[in-house]
Amino acid sequence: MADSRVNVSPEIRRGEPFEVRISIRHAMETGYRTDTVGKSIPRNVIRTFACRYNGEPVFAVRMSSGIAANPYLRFFVTGRESGTLDFEWIDDAGERGVAQAAVKVV
Amino acid sequence: MHRVLLAAVAGAWAISPAHAQQRALPLDALRSGVEFAGADVRSMQSDDVANPGFLWIERGEKLWREGGDGKSCNACHGDARASMRGVAARYPAYDASSATMLDLEARINDCRVRRQGVSALTRESDELLALSAYVTHQSRGMPEAVNVEGAARAAFERGRAFYTARHGQMNLSCAQCHDQNWGKRLYAETLSQGHGNAFPAYKLEWQTMGSLQRRIRACLSGIRAEMPPAGAPELTDVELYLAWRAQGLPIEAPGVRR
Repeated sequence: MADSRVNVSPEIRRGEPFEVRISIRHAMETGYRTDTVGKSIPRNVIRTFACRYNGEPVFAVRMSSGIAANPYLRFFVTGRESGTLDFEWIDDAGERGVAQAAVKVV
Repeated sequence: MHRVLLAAVAGAWAISPAHAQQRALPLDALRSGVEFAGADVRSMQSDDVANPGFLWIERGEKLWREGGDGKSCNACHGDARASMRGVAARYPAYDASSATMLDLEARINDCRVRRQGVSALTRESDELLALSAYVTHQSRGMPEAVNVEGAARAAFERGRAFYTARHGQMNLSCAQCHDQNWGKRLYAETLSQGHGNAFPAYKLEWQTMGSLQRRIRACLSGIRAEMPPAGAPELTDVELYLAWRAQGLPIEAPGVRR
C-alpha cells in the first residue's frame, strides 16, 4: 500500500478553483469474490479518504465495494494561500496511507 | 511523427532481403489495439496522470535503484531513461548463454539470478510487472523491431505455426480472428489485430497490470484451448511472432485496455 500519485497544477490563482488528481494503488477487494477453493475473500477497500488544505478539511470520500481497483479521484479546491495538501486514507484492514503535495499560490 | 517512423522502418525493409518474406498485415494496414478501444479507454491511456499503469512505472523506477546484494539494476545499467531506450522494442531476443529466447520478463529474472544474486520474481507479480513496464516504457513511441533471423529463426517459425494453428474446443487459430476478421464484431467486442505493443498494459477487466503472456493466455482460455503455463517457451515464441507482425507499430507501454 501507500503507493500513490498526486497531480496539482504548478501555479494557482488566489480565489480560483484548482484541480487536484490522485490515484492510489489498492486492490479494492470487493468482498464478493472467492478464492480458488471457494473460500470467500474478505472485503478490503479504502474506507475513507480525506484531503486537508493547510490543515483544514476540504474534501472527503467514503468508499465501498463499488469503486474499482486503484481509485483515481479528481476534485477542485479553491486557492487561498501557498501551503500543502495532505491526503490520508484508511482501508478495511486498518492500513493507513498518506501523501502530500505543495500548493503554490501566485 | 508515426509516419516518419513507419517510413523509416519500411525503408529498412526494402534493403534487407532477409525480411522479404510476406507480412501478415501490410505496414500501412497496421492498427494498434488502442484504435479499437472506446473513447474513455483512449483518453485514460493518453493522460499520464489518469493512466493507472504509471503506478507500476513509478514503482519500477524505485525498484530499478534498489539493490539486490548491493547491486541494483542502476549499478550496472545506469539511468534507465538512456540505457533502456529502445531495448524493449528488440524483445523477445535470443540469449546465447542459455541458448533460449528470452522475453523481457525472462531477461529481468535472468539478470536477477545470474548478476544480482537474488531470486527470480514470479510471473505477473507486481514487482516483475513494475520492472518490465518501467523498462518497456523507456521505448514508448519507438517502433517494434525484433530480430527474427539467425538463432531466433526457429522460435519465430514455431511462433508463426502456433499463431496459424487451430486450438481448443472452438477450433480457432489466432489468425482467424486477428488477421482475417479484425475490425468485425465478436459479440460486444470489436476484434483487434492482436498486437502486443501496449503491453505490459493496465487491463480494466483484470483491475491490474498484466503482461502480454497473460493476455495471450486469456485469448487461449477464451477459445477454450489449453493454456501453457506462464513463462512457457511456446508463449515466448508467440510473443516473438506477434512482435515481428507488429513491426513498425510504436510501443505504448503502459497501455490501457478494456
